[in-house]
Amino acid sequence: MSLLTDNKLLMGNEAIALGAIEAGVQVVTGYPGTPSTEALETIARYAKRCGIYTEWSSNEKVALETAAGAAYSGAKALVTMKQVGLNVASDPLMSLSYIGVKGALVLLVADDPGPHSSQTEQDTRVFGHFANIPVLDPATPQEAYELTKLAFELSHEFEIPIILRTTTRVSHSCGDVEVEAAEPVPVEAVEEGFVKDRRWTIFPKLTAERHPWLENVQEKLSERFSGLSFNSVSGSGKIGIIASGVSALYVKEAIEAVRGFEELFTLFRVGTAYPFPEKAALSFLKGIDRLIVAEELDPYLEEQALQLIGKAHLPVDVYGKKNGFFPVSGEYNVDIVIDSINRALAAYGESLCLSHASPAVSREKLPPLPIRAPTLCAGCMHRTVFYAFKQAAKQLKKESQTDTIFSGDIGCYTLGNAYPLNMVDTCLCMGAGISLAGGLYHTNPKTKQVAFIGDSTFFHSGIPAVINAVYNGANITLAVLDNRTTAMTGHQPHPGVGVTALGNVSKAIEIADVVRSCGVESVKIVNTVDPDSLESCIKAAKEAMNFNGPSVLVFKGKCVGITKPDKHYEINPEACTGCGFCIKELGCPALNLDGDKPVIQDNCSGCGLCAQICPSEAICIGGVKL
Amino acid sequence: MKYDILIAGVGGQGVVLASRLLALAAMKTGFHVSTAETIGMSQREGSVSSHIRIGDKVSGSLIPIGQADLLLGLEPAETVRNLPFLKEGGKVLVNIHAIPPASRPPGSPEYDPAALLSFLCAYYPDILCSDFTKLADEVGTYRAANVAMLGAVAGARVLPFQEEILKAVLDAEIPEKYRAVNDAAFERARKCIRSVSGT
Ligand code: SF4
Ligand code: SF4
Repeated sequence: MSLLTDNKLLMGNEAIALGAIEAGVQVVTGYPGTPSTEALETIARYAKRCGIYTEWSSNEKVALETAAGAAYSGAKALVTMKQVGLNVASDPLMSLSYIGVKGALVLLVADDPGPHSSQTEQDTRVFGHFANIPVLDPATPQEAYELTKLAFELSHEFEIPIILRTTTRVSHSCGDVEVEAAEPVPVEAVEEGFVKDRRWTIFPKLTAERHPWLENVQEKLSERFSGLSFNSVSGSGKIGIIASGVSALYVKEAIEAVRGFEELFTLFRVGTAYPFPEKAALSFLKGIDRLIVAEELDPYLEEQALQLIGKAHLPVDVYGKKNGFFPVSGEYNVDIVIDSINRALAAYGESLCLSHASPAVSREKLPPLPIRAPTLCAGCMHRTVFYAFKQAAKQLKKESQTDTIFSGDIGCYTLGNAYPLNMVDTCLCMGAGISLAGGLYHTNPKTKQVAFIGDSTFFHSGIPAVINAVYNGANITLAVLDNRTTAMTGHQPHPGVGVTALGNVSKAIEIADVVRSCGVESVKIVNTVDPDSLESCIKAAKEAMNFNGPSVLVFKGKCVGITKPDKHYEINPEACTGCGFCIKELGCPALNLDGDKPVIQDNCSGCGLCAQICPSEAICIGGVKL
Repeated sequence: MKYDILIAGVGGQGVVLASRLLALAAMKTGFHVSTAETIGMSQREGSVSSHIRIGDKVSGSLIPIGQADLLLGLEPAETVRNLPFLKEGGKVLVNIHAIPPASRPPGSPEYDPAALLSFLCAYYPDILCSDFTKLADEVGTYRAANVAMLGAVAGARVLPFQEEILKAVLDAEIPEKYRAVNDAAFERARKCIRSVSGT
């Protein structure tokens, strides 16, 4: 017991960071993406002390290529991203698997079943299979810590990049973790330096040579994985269950409530998803006569198991996603796993079934509850800009019957789609808003196209889209919402801020200059900070929309997540007529109806937008409240 | 030993800090812990919850339906939303200070905190409730409502560890600047709950 109290309470991402530092990581790159972000942030905290080069790169492709360069030189490198970021990095990754690395190269890729904050529910285990990159799949912060160290070892030994794949419930859960070093210490750097060699230049001939090597590595690794304790078998029953990641924990909890479960079930937990540990799996499969597969996202383990069962001609029935016993999408939990296992048990006539705990109040008995959809923060500059464009578009409609289509992008400002602003008509992936607007322009000549993009996203993948719009004559208006940070993922700096991941001052890149040099002729910077900025924003929006050719407005303001409010607004009940206009128009979370008149709550950030639209001038500055 | 706690609230109420403090206190006592929290979109005025699992061994970080021993509701509607996680006879502590939803999209039900509170009381008659936001505001800042609620559960003696341990964790974790108000909120709530429960 006393030993336990020495453990650290770590979030999965923090455990990965500490594991990487202990493994001797020298170079860390990444692009923020929930739920992966805290890994790089944690390393950045120790970077100076431990001599680790750490950067937020402009996007995931750039991050991976930078880390690959470091690994070519014999350094140990880590790249962090979320599953959607892996798509951006996939171009270099697919070739990198052929080339291989020196030193070590580990990719932390965080998947998001559910999804809690992502555009997709894709499965990185499958991506690893596709790219021939080994994938480790931890279930807890402790395993994340240990598998990170293993990933560096394997990458170094086999000269191949390795993916450490987590899910939200691993990356963002906290647990007590037994770490080796109480405080991260620098490990001696073994950097051989870059040695010129034809192996670093991908060329068809080299690819043809390397492909057999790459296939061979998969076989060797599958063999190695079969002997690892991260792939473990427990129980001795004829009903086999295979699971990986947090699903394995849900299964354990579900069956442990059954007396004598060890004699009924055999659980095979897979901690190394790809290459599949065939040998270990085969000996497990030979001892059972039914197989239940519990896994979130894609039926990856199920396919591997089916293949093996076919190859070895085993008489084992399989119950998983493919025959409808488990949900094919969404995040799992113990209750879902219990229901799914019960369906499988019933299907082959097993009388046993797992039971749920019974709550005093079931979900069906709950009274109707208010919907709490995520919205832009109180005082967010994006609300001002969205509202300004809404007004400008209304005027345009009145003057020339022109409708406007608003293309959004990935970031806080996707929340511009929320009621009552409703200002996002399209949203696809990072940087796509601008190109989509281009495509819409070429096919909807009678409408006006407006695209919104954030500052970090602009640097991530907006620039090529601006160049494309100019070069191919897409007559669009681009609004860059520059709140001086990467807000959605927790306020990381980006090239426009002029501060690096380590807090060092660097050259700030001016967005207006970039778009000018891309050939945009109408470029304007608009300040949203002044308490009477709405009018100037509407005016600028109208001018830009009327410009014949691509036009860009860079709105500069601040994110309320990192600035202190200096004003607080109040409603003068005498002057307020209770029309509710402020509430109906803006959706500011600080504005609420109390009886028949609105009130402003403590979370007002003092942007003054409501004061500017109140028809009775009933909203006024009321001092600062903290 | 196994003890599951669920904290429910709205973004910005300090759900994550409260769960961290409880997890650390459990670890200091010698238990394994596992927590799962919502981070991301839900911080923007959305519902936030944190599952804290304490025990001799750990399972997955999400508490199954009907298994939580304690529900800490920082806000009435969020408390009701998470009620199905609570086991029969579990304990509920609720902050009666309501936070209405940011916007009311068409079709969103009316928010009637009083009705929700009486719904809660019907199922859990020995529910503990108070306006912890007001209590915290009175000792310094409404933001310390989360810590006040920890003081209240400590006072009600429902946690599987000693309140001294929780207090020590609080002192170690809260930055110097905010320590005094948080201490005051903790103490004040601890005392008033103790007098309510008569111990
Ligand atoms: S000034 Fe008005 S719109 Fe701005 S944050 Fe305060 S209440 Fe919201
Ligand atoms: S965090 Fe910043 S950018 Fe995001 S909604 Fe809030 S104010 Fe706006």
